[in-house]
Amino acid sequence: MFQYLIKRLIYAVPIALGVSLVCFLMVHIAPGDPLVSVLPPDASLDLQNQLREAYGFDKPLPMQFLLWVWRALGGDLGYSIATGRPVAAEVWRAFGNTFMLAVLAAMFGFVVGGIFGFVAGYWRDTWIDRVASGLSVVGVSVPHYWMGMVLVIVFSVQLNWLPATGAGPGGSADWVWDWEHVKYLIMPALTMSVIPLGIVARSVRALVADILSQEFVDALRAKGLTDAGVLLHVVKNAAPTALAVMGLQLGYLLGGSILIETVFAWPGTGFLLGNAIFQRDLPLLQGTILVLAMFFVSLNLLVDIVQTWLDPRIKRA
Amino acid sequence: MTAAPAANAQTQTAPATASRGYWAGVGRRLVRNRLAMVCLAILVLIVLAAIFAPYIAPHDPYRGSMIRRLRPIGTDGYPLGTDELGRDMLTRLIYGGRLSLFIGIVPVLNAFVIGTALGVVAGFVGGKVNMAIMRTIDVFYAFPSVLLAIAISGALGAGIFNSIISLTVVFIPPIARVAESVTTQVRNLDFVDAARASGAGSFTIIRVHVLGNVMGPVFVYATSLVSVSMILAAGLSFLGLGVKPPEPEWGLMLNTLRTAIYSQPYVAALPGAMIFAVSICFNLFSDALRSAMDVKV
Repeated sequence: MFQYLIKRLIYAVPIALGVSLVCFLMVHIAPGDPLVSVLPPDASLDLQNQLREAYGFDKPLPMQFLLWVWRALGGDLGYSIATGRPVAAEVWRAFGNTFMLAVLAAMFGFVVGGIFGFVAGYWRDTWIDRVASGLSVVGVSVPHYWMGMVLVIVFSVQLNWLPATGAGPGGSADWVWDWEHVKYLIMPALTMSVIPLGIVARSVRALVADILSQEFVDALRAKGLTDAGVLLHVVKNAAPTALAVMGLQLGYLLGGSILIETVFAWPGTGFLLGNAIFQRDLPLLQGTILVLAMFFVSLNLLVDIVQTWLDPRIKRA
Repeated sequence: MTAAPAANAQTQTAPATASRGYWAGVGRRLVRNRLAMVCLAILVLIVLAAIFAPYIAPHDPYRGSMIRRLRPIGTDGYPLGTDELGRDMLTRLIYGGRLSLFIGIVPVLNAFVIGTALGVVAGFVGGKVNMAIMRTIDVFYAFPSVLLAIAISGALGAGIFNSIISLTVVFIPPIARVAESVTTQVRNLDFVDAARASGAGSFTIIRVHVLGNVMGPVFVYATSLVSVSMILAAGLSFLGLGVKPPEPEWGLMLNTLRTAIYSQPYVAALPGAMIFAVSICFNLFSDALRSAMDVKV
């Protein structure tokens, strides 16, 4: 186990380096001058050169990359071109908001999706299966940004129960766990939970159906085990794979929150990414993508390790 | 007397009937799946409507009028109402299928070709080539797909071409992975050795034996990606990173109608319903195809 852990950690290093290289290059293939968003059109050449030097854009690309990675390792992601504030602080604050949303959505999606999938797989080819599978297909097929809009139409426009956008009354930035704030969280979290709900339900259904068709289940029944006892074995066998699916889904939610955050004006990383793109704020864009991608890489690593710990057979593969 | 020539004919054309037999079986199983047929019919209808849009659409998709902005569903002459610039919604939804289907399906086709090529080469050649290709793909796999699509689109700037590029990049890694794993399995089967022993070159083996066995599963897998691709492509337009106004496209229409959710909520929600319909039909049809072809990926 320890050897595997070391091997897996070492393998993650080139991936992490590759990911940061892609983040870096992605922003540098962008057409146009990176300083165009701050410089007035009639800026003197002197001023242009001065700013270029201040942001390090005058150095050759490989040098810029190494410098960027070196600073990023120390937690310094440079300064936003549009606001002049440190990127790391901006990303960190937004990440907290997105994390809260994603974890809540994931918990709801995993629990409901897990139950749906389990019920569907356990009573396969019955009406329960059809209903649960149908709902999970809807979950994976619905454009979630549209579902967010529909929720707003129903609960904000028609019923006037919940606020349509924002993350707190009066546009306040500080989060408090009271009903006034939670009201803002319900619809975005519900919208976000639809994606993992569908995928988790589908995976769990296939898993449970597969496990139930294996011979050891017949053996357990033949031994006289009750239904509840068999159920426990099924859960135990399905857990490692189900956990892996869920871990990846949490990562996808964190990285893919931009559409939902745009619909609900939720001040998270997706919102930040949108701003960075439309203001052509390259350091902010680079930093946000890097943090989200690195979080995803670490989450993958964690999922792999937990999965191997739960089910040592995987290690051999 | 009558049986003998028939049997003779059958043995002569044995390879052809064998392959037709498989596809006939797949077709029969698909046709028997009523849900899949309903989905296929809806998809065909939407595609045909998009192709023949100029002949069936009641109005001009670009011409609006300020005096008939945001009419509700059921207005005389405008059965699905009008949008924020007074353009007929039905017309724009019909025309919208053209761009929406195009930017949703083309990335998957591109990724299918490029990803299969990369995966087959990696799987067949193995060794260092496999290492190089698959580790590079691992790096792209290490990004959440929505983030990668938006990051590339955001860096390249808005536009149909850029949005197709970014989604192609997103879908190459998963397709290449599937192609690589199937190729590795096929490569080690006896009939590949037999072909090599009988003097077939690598190119022939790849073309006849490997591709013949790899294309099926990879194609089924690719069809399951179309629904995600449709949602993401429309999502990029929704964010302002894809199709530019005034082109009719469902994602973009959803975005521009967002301001109208207080005055005409049902009209504003219509373009999303189209994306949903296409996406769910593709998903259900892909599921049916998978079980009809008995593919496990």
